[in-house]
Amino acid sequence: MKHFLLACTALIATPVSAQTIAITGGTVAIGDGGSPIESATVIIRDGKIVAVGRGIAVPPGAEQIDATGKWVTPGLFAGFSRLGLSEVEAVDATNDTVASKSSFSVAIDTADAINPRAKAIAVSRANGITRAVVAPGTGNSMFAGQGVVIDTGADLNAITRKSAFQLVQFGEGGAADAGGSRAASFTYFRNAIAEARDYRVNKRGDDFLLKRPDLKALLPVIDGQIPLMIMVESAVDIHRVLGLRSEFPQIRMILGGVTEGWEVADEIAAAKVPVVVNPMNDLPDSFEALSATQSNAGRMAKAGVSVSFGQIGDFDTLQVRLLPQHAGNMVALTKVAGATGMSWGQALASITSRPAEMMGLGDQLGSLKVGRRGDVVLWDGDPLELSSSVTALWIDGIRQPLETRQDRLRDRYKRPTEGNLPKAYDR
Amino acid sequence: MIVSSRWTVFAVPLMLVACSNTKEAPKTASAKPVEKPATINKDPYPSTYKAYPGAPTIIRNVTIYDGEGGRIENGTVYFADGKISSIGGAMAEGALPVGANIIDGTGKWVTPGIIDVHSHLGDYPSPSVDANSDGNEVTGPVKPEVWAEHSVWPQDPGFSRALANGGVTTLQILPGSANLFGGRSVTIKNVYARTVQGMKFPGAPYGLKMACGENPKRVYGGRNQMPGTRMGNMAVNRATWAKAVEYKRKLDKGENPARDLAMETLVGVLNGDILVHNHCYRADEMAQVIDMSHEFGYKVSTFHHAVEAYKIADLLAKESICSALWADWWGFKMESYDAINENIPMVHAAGACAIVHSDDANGIQRLNQEAAKALADGRRTGIQISDEVAWTWLAINPAKALGIDKKTGSLKTGKMADLVLWNGNPLSVYTRPEKVWIDGAMMYDAGDPKKRPVSDFELGQPGEGDVK
Repeated sequence: MKHFLLACTALIATPVSAQTIAITGGTVAIGDGGSPIESATVIIRDGKIVAVGRGIAVPPGAEQIDATGKWVTPGLFAGFSRLGLSEVEAVDATNDTVASKSSFSVAIDTADAINPRAKAIAVSRANGITRAVVAPGTGNSMFAGQGVVIDTGADLNAITRKSAFQLVQFGEGGAADAGGSRAASFTYFRNAIAEARDYRVNKRGDDFLLKRPDLKALLPVIDGQIPLMIMVESAVDIHRVLGLRSEFPQIRMILGGVTEGWEVADEIAAAKVPVVVNPMNDLPDSFEALSATQSNAGRMAKAGVSVSFGQIGDFDTLQVRLLPQHAGNMVALTKVAGATGMSWGQALASITSRPAEMMGLGDQLGSLKVGRRGDVVLWDGDPLELSSSVTALWIDGIRQPLETRQDRLRDRYKRPTEGNLPKAYDR
Repeated sequence: MIVSSRWTVFAVPLMLVACSNTKEAPKTASAKPVEKPATINKDPYPSTYKAYPGAPTIIRNVTIYDGEGGRIENGTVYFADGKISSIGGAMAEGALPVGANIIDGTGKWVTPGIIDVHSHLGDYPSPSVDANSDGNEVTGPVKPEVWAEHSVWPQDPGFSRALANGGVTTLQILPGSANLFGGRSVTIKNVYARTVQGMKFPGAPYGLKMACGENPKRVYGGRNQMPGTRMGNMAVNRATWAKAVEYKRKLDKGENPARDLAMETLVGVLNGDILVHNHCYRADEMAQVIDMSHEFGYKVSTFHHAVEAYKIADLLAKESICSALWADWWGFKMESYDAINENIPMVHAAGACAIVHSDDANGIQRLNQEAAKALADGRRTGIQISDEVAWTWLAINPAKALGIDKKTGSLKTGKMADLVLWNGNPLSVYTRPEKVWIDGAMMYDAGDPKKRPVSDFELGQPGEGDVK
């Protein structure tokens, strides 16, 4: 077997400086829900998209990338993840997803834990993910803390938006966090808001159940300055949580999980609350997911709900790269009688523009529209198809390295037997 | 295609070798064996599975992957009485058997039903509540006496998803990996029944689940109990095998040791009747297990998970050990840190037996997609494997690992009519099973809501009978 030569790209590459890039002749998907455009051109200048479409001239001096036979999409945007919060999930010292023994909850800021060098970030980047919602997990309270939006660039500054949202858990998990019942979770939630309002007028109050930093962090949530992502699964719990809107009209809700959302899709749509789901959930894994079906996402979208996809639950730190596969599966459902799937464009939007919009970043990210930031992915085929892979990727117009540690292992063992020296010398 | 010669060790049928205190039964064909009082019944929970009625069926104008690496374009497959009757190219109108259902497979694919060699459906069922969590007998690290079939809940809704979304027709249910010796597995047909016996694959050999590495040492070391290290794992393993060898020696000498259910399982392994399915991630640990199997005289059928199989693919090929693998799971624990996407194709390219497995109630619904990802990753690194050969990872290879390859796992005349009609290329994300037959009976039809099984648990629940 021929020895495998490996390109010696450093794992932490120095990004080349931003310039004008013209990606020409590709099949371009805007990411806004529409169908892809054949033989189109995308121009990135100084980190921004400046032109998209057919018949666009390549500006003089631009770096030209021939995308003939290839596909071009916006950088994929994970609507939910715990990317960058763990290196090896079961090695506690590397796992910053949950702080069960912390004295704090609402105040915990995920931005302080993101590790841009987590291998899962490089792996996600190599698979087309450029941005991700990163959520903390609940530890000692139904409030988990402040989530962030990150980029997956090969540099040490990953934060796109700090304090992008607050996360609270309702349903079975929230009941457990709040002391053992759903009723207790609603009591805890209402009390937390009441205490935050008291704290606003009297910062020295001494009978607060929550810590002062937690109350302080709750203020922008109850004022609607940052959204509240509510993790909730069952139709009944969703219905009840939506009922909180009349008590707290200023809170900007996002619903996460939402496995039984299809049963109350019209109610969610009427409330204009965006949702983020793992679209593959189809097992009654718990008593709050009895009606789970892969048609959940499609049925909600059909009812007018803004649906984003995320890696929720298992592998939320590691396998954000599965998003395009999941989106492709939604398209597959359109051929199954009785199922509700999504069009190709809609499915892609659920991993690009919808999550960007959900985070209030739709005017900057998630689509290949003029003025958006230059997150662009070049694929060797249909990005939702299993056989396709990323051939180039830019974040804010900066081309990113795509090699992962796994690639190095693969190349070392391309021929499993030792040569003249042990494998440890083979690199 | 995998050469079958190195499989002979697995292909030995389950022989009624005496492993009890009785002498071997008389060998004369005419004499009825005399049942001695102490004879041990080796099949005390026998399969009661019977194929459901099926109509003779022809699928024509279809692309066929036969599961052994063969491909037929514009092919015809005919099955009747639960068996594949014929398979081949286009058949003239006049040559079609009279009275059979004829399905036009234009633009579609037919493959053998997918076989998952690693499932916990039934012993870790949905809903995943403690009350139904029956996969690990976590009260001691050596439990070869427990049998997964005594835990499997036949009403697990997951079976229906594996059928309808995954095209899975046969699966092995294993005990979990908390223990060094986890217990016996059970191989079942993916057909709902009132009892586990009603699902058991007739004549399938038993498997023994073993586990290396982090899980046993974490579970027991955490209790300040042996094993607390990898060397502890090996010491407890070796002491147990030494005891089993001694027990077998007594039996072989005609001595009369007290019944020991644990030892009966291990002697079954030493006699070649029970196949070892060994959860093991790291290359160095697999090599230790291989030496241990030589030390005590048994054979490892399959390493499960084996995320570092690619590092010793040559050794696995030499030892004729299968590797049951994920396409892209990685990093969830230290021993999975070196997992790579090209593991499956690299193991295959080394001439070893590669299998795509799930270990997961979600993953079992898209093993075809997992194979497709692994295949594409392999091709990108220069390993050229055809689509039809990659299908061996889902069909004949797992059948061999389970010792059922003479009966199922490929579309060959006379084998069980376990097959899937896909509504497109089954290695595409856009494709789903359209119809699934098990022993010639149509158990799923995407076009007929009545052919969508609903377990007792889902009856009367929200979403009953929905597409899932």
